[in-house]
Amino acid sequence: MAEPVTVRLTVNGVGHEGRCEPRKLLVDFLREDLALTGTHVGCEHGICGACTVLIDGVAARSCIMLAVQADGAEIVTIEGLMQDGALHPLQAAFREHHGLQCGFCTPGMLMTALDFLRVNPTPTEPEIREALSAVLCRCTGYHGIVKAVAAAAPVLAKRA
Amino acid sequence: MKPVKFEYHAPATVDEALALLGRYGGEAKILAGGQSLMPLMNFRLSRPAALIDLNRIASLAYIREDDGHLAFGAMTRQRTVEFSPVVAQRLPLLREATRWVGHLPIRSRGTIGGSIAHADPAAEYPAVLTALDGEVRVRGPRGERVLKASDLFVTYLTTRLEPDEILTEVRLPAMPAGAGHAFEEFARRHGDFAIVGIAAMVVRDGGRCRQARLATAGAGPVPVRLRAAEEILERDGLGDRAIEAATARAAELVSPDADIHASADYRRHLTRVLAARALRRAAGPGARRG
Repeated sequence: MAEPVTVRLTVNGVGHEGRCEPRKLLVDFLREDLALTGTHVGCEHGICGACTVLIDGVAARSCIMLAVQADGAEIVTIEGLMQDGALHPLQAAFREHHGLQCGFCTPGMLMTALDFLRVNPTPTEPEIREALSAVLCRCTGYHGIVKAVAAAAPVLAKRA
Repeated sequence: MKPVKFEYHAPATVDEALALLGRYGGEAKILAGGQSLMPLMNFRLSRPAALIDLNRIASLAYIREDDGHLAFGAMTRQRTVEFSPVVAQRLPLLREATRWVGHLPIRSRGTIGGSIAHADPAAEYPAVLTALDGEVRVRGPRGERVLKASDLFVTYLTTRLEPDEILTEVRLPAMPAGAGHAFEEFARRHGDFAIVGIAAMVVRDGGRCRQARLATAGAGPVPVRLRAAEEILERDGLGDRAIEAATARAAELVSPDADIHASADYRRHLTRVLAARALRRAAGPGARRG
């Protein structure tokens, strides 16, 4: 079946249905079919991490997963982080600590850090650096990003 | 859209998947976690006529204790392995190696069976399978068979699986109580493929070494079990001198290739250095004299 397939999935709590070729990557489906362009397309081979989203609660690369594979899944993208017009604490920490410059990697950084802080709510700085090595940033030198994640950790741990 | 056009199937059972594989006669690819295959398809280096996606076969994802072994369904995620209490207790070497597999978001999707069937020589799981003398169960149209780690890997990205067979289970013997272990790896950045990696396990018996296991990743076209180095340790113990002799031998046992990442000599050097680090850590404090 190279013919179009139906994909039904939930993104940021909202149900969507679309039709696409089986070879359509999840990131392209999110951006082109659902007009959710917050998730960025970087390397398109699973290295740079810019396209990282949460799939059924865990971070994964949406450029090396097919849209059809996400049929029935619950996805959270960068657009799902703000609640009631307020920045998510992780977003607020990135702003406070200069965790971004050009912003290209930022969606991937945020989704990666969110998953990491759920797995490890009280990380050491080396653990934060290791986790953030999953996403390539070419502007900041990572210092601001590491600081932002460290600052967000206790805030998120308190919320949990 | 990056990949070429392909037909897509997501069977619900292994039997259905086998029937589909047979139908395409070697032109279809099995899609497991996709963390290696999808990049190859996005580059169009891989152009299968069809993908047979195993992700909807729920019965292929499990971790079971079985007769002194841990059996892993081929579709068990690396992330599940990483956080499994039974793996932490019975196979701590596998747990440690898992933390070197890509990054957490890669391990969310990547599977133990996919990593081993893909047979990248720089990958961590094939090295652990080789060090611990594990085996894989394989199903095909002629029934089921078991392949031992020592018979499985042929060369780069190539195993002894036939094109109409599916790897369904990975079996590793549980590590003996009190065994020491370490996985050491060098890569340019954390999460990159290993330039060289070393899986080590030792079982101490007072001042002696009852059993030593050493295997490489990245030091040749297939993982290499360093049996002659293990024998030195089993004869002479885990003191500094024995480790020095064993790791010098280890460097002679590998025949690495040169590529853009490292020369063959550098890989041989890393084999020696990383094996020594792994053995010292696996042996633990108090094993250094003699």
